[in-house]
Amino acid sequence: MRNKSKVVLRAYLFGVLFLLLLWQLTAALVQLPIIPEPSLVFERLGQIFADKIAVHAAYSLWRIFAGILLAVLVGYPLGIIMGYFSKADRYLAPLVYLTYPIPKIALLPILMLLAGIGELSKIIMIFLIVVFQIVVALRDGIRAIPAETYYPLYSLGARFRQVFRYILVPATLPNFITAIRVAMATAVSVLFFTETFGTQYGMGYFIMDAWLRVNYLEMYTGIVILSLMGLFLFGLLDILEARLCRWQMK
Amino acid sequence: MIEVKNLAVSYSGLKQKNTALQNVSLTVPQGTVCAVIGPSGCGKSTLLKVIAGLITDFAGQVRINGGEVSPKKLRIGFMPQNYGLLPWQTVADNIRLACRIKDGWTEARAAKMEALCQKLGIEDLLSRYPQELSGGQQQRVSLARVFLLEPDILLMDEPFSALDAITREEMQDVFRDLWEEAGITTILVTHYVEEALYLGQQIVLMAGGQSGGTVAEVMENKWQGSRAWKTTTEFFAKSQELKEKIKAMGARQS
Repeated sequence: MRNKSKVVLRAYLFGVLFLLLLWQLTAALVQLPIIPEPSLVFERLGQIFADKIAVHAAYSLWRIFAGILLAVLVGYPLGIIMGYFSKADRYLAPLVYLTYPIPKIALLPILMLLAGIGELSKIIMIFLIVVFQIVVALRDGIRAIPAETYYPLYSLGARFRQVFRYILVPATLPNFITAIRVAMATAVSVLFFTETFGTQYGMGYFIMDAWLRVNYLEMYTGIVILSLMGLFLFGLLDILEARLCRWQMK
Repeated sequence: MIEVKNLAVSYSGLKQKNTALQNVSLTVPQGTVCAVIGPSGCGKSTLLKVIAGLITDFAGQVRINGGEVSPKKLRIGFMPQNYGLLPWQTVADNIRLACRIKDGWTEARAAKMEALCQKLGIEDLLSRYPQELSGGQQQRVSLARVFLLEPDILLMDEPFSALDAITREEMQDVFRDLWEEAGITTILVTHYVEEALYLGQQIVLMAGGQSGGTVAEVMENKWQGSRAWKTTTEFFAKSQELKEKIKAMGARQS
């Protein structure tokens, strides 16, 4: 176990070093203020984070959390229903297929008119984009369960809540976590865009504001913090997956 | 007791209606093992699914201990070909699963489970996951699950077919030992003639065909369960005779 942790840590360190080296090389080649050397950014990273970025990071994390939570609350039961009950899927699938490809970001002006320019429109935008990923992942996860898996339970007269508990939830957990992982990356990029309108808080706002103020040092600090936020969230999911899907690692 | 009268099962295919079973009748007396054998596609597994309550759209009559097939009311132990173990549950949870679903977990069951696991030699595997076990070990876990349930009837769909020859014979003996204690009315679907002759008190030979699978012959097998029986020339002659019959039915079917 300790050896495995060491390997993972080494892989992460290698990734960080590789990116820093690439950044350093680009900065040395370009020699422009728009690409400062990483050492300059990291020198003041702690201070800028504590003084300026922490509050923006907290806002962004809250929006990501709220948007994904809302998407799970709606998408999880919908995906289970569509995957398990073929009749429900027959009626709901066309709805999902018709609305899934619509670029939701194009709906942002309408959303802002209906839900205001505050928190709600940003959270709903994240919800709209990630809910489909969760629905489809859950539905496909259930469809992939072999029919034989249900037989011992059905022959015992198992109720739906027992099938849900003993088969549907654990069988779809890896798919669900993957969907959340993809949703998280999507949510961060969507959030960046939505935070450039109608707010003074959030990582998107901070980075764009620093860029407009031609403060490249703060802009890069924001980008690095955004990247570390991603690392933290993905790491959290990895730990969750290792705990909940222990059987998959065997 | 399991009674099947004039059972017919059809299902809709892409172009036409297919008949899986036609006019199937058989009776399995209380506390006996009935081995069902026949060529591939003769509807052996379909028959088992009807009795297990997994297929409800059928014609004819199926009665278990005098009543209708009702998985909710009855205790039906079903062992599918792939052992039916859930990969996300540990061995211990897999064994407990059937009892948990049927009537909850009790201290008495825990004590029985401990004894059963010791008997099956799987007491050290309880915290593992099924995919960490060999085929024989998975089979033992599956047997522990159904025997712990103390079912009214036990239905086994080619339970030993995925095992190598030596492990298969070993598992047949393990099953025999457990069954002799519990005396559960059992239907065992198999495609191994020797297995049917060794374990079944009654052997049902099924035949397939365009009009659906049906019972071709029902044989009493008085030598059932005797290990010495497997080494006799009579056992060998009987198995050859059965194989020839199945081969002939398979040829007719194709």
